[in-house]
Amino acid sequence: MKATVVVRLKTEVLDPQGDAVSRALGKLGFTGVKGVRVGKIVEIELEHEADKTALAEKLRTMADELLANPVIEDYEVIV
Amino acid sequence: MRAAVVLFPGLNADAEMVRTLGHVCGADVSIVRHTDTALPAGVDLVTIPGGFSYGDYLRCGALAKVSPIVPALRAHAERGGHLLGVCNGFQILTEMGLLPGALTRNLHRRFECGDVFVRVEADGPFTPKSSARWRLPIAHAEGRYQTTPETLRQLEGEGRIALRYCDAAGEVTDAANPNGSVGNVAGVYGGPRKNVFGLMPHPERCSEETIGGVDGRVLFDLVLAAA
Repeated sequence: MKATVVVRLKTEVLDPQGDAVSRALGKLGFTGVKGVRVGKIVEIELEHEADKTALAEKLRTMADELLANPVIEDYEVIV
Repeated sequence: MRAAVVLFPGLNADAEMVRTLGHVCGADVSIVRHTDTALPAGVDLVTIPGGFSYGDYLRCGALAKVSPIVPALRAHAERGGHLLGVCNGFQILTEMGLLPGALTRNLHRRFECGDVFVRVEADGPFTPKSSARWRLPIAHAEGRYQTTPETLRQLEGEGRIALRYCDAAGEVTDAANPNGSVGNVAGVYGGPRKNVFGLMPHPERCSEETIGGVDGRVLFDLVLAAA
């Protein structure tokens, strides 16, 4: 089975990478782009776990300990 | 005086750290590998140099914290031993939780490479009591220091904001901030006795007249004298 952890910069942290992508989209002629934020998707292949609550807890621990930096990032666990 | 330089895969500023500690400052220098599980006996100062540990995968410095040597580094810091992180070494120490805050992409998207001025804001084992202004080189793309306004105020109150980017006159201004760091922060203290120190500039690349300056040497002389 596969689980996904989405890691995003906190909204109050400026995202120069997203800003650069936003400008590049403008240069390609796309109009109406008001802003871009770039994050990460971590896909984790796991042994089957029937207890979704325990699985989500395990993934949150992974995110807290390694996948995200709580000073600058938020994350979302999708199981 | 015994010093150690910790090597994680991908670091590339180790040679100048070894030379500064040994040849310039006269310390007895050991190399410690990431796979080691102990520091050399009697080591006073442990340094983590700059570079790109583990290819900067995931986040700068993030993967280094699972290395076998890390428990020994934590124990050294907790018992008050001196621990210095420069550039990627600073990023590693924040990721390990031994220093507050985090470092992320430079606000203006450029890899910044050149000399900057920093002002000493707080004294401690690595910084003098008198206010000083040092000219030091930087070389980084992810040196923007981030923390919440509340934490920044707390760190200022505790005298843990050690260095701020400033102009040639010593004024802390937006124009002198090379990467968008909050409060122009360039270096911070951690540890029970301010014994842990991290900074983005490279003092080890500025410790001999022949390579353009000696302002960086002050830091090493201070901490080696304190050890």
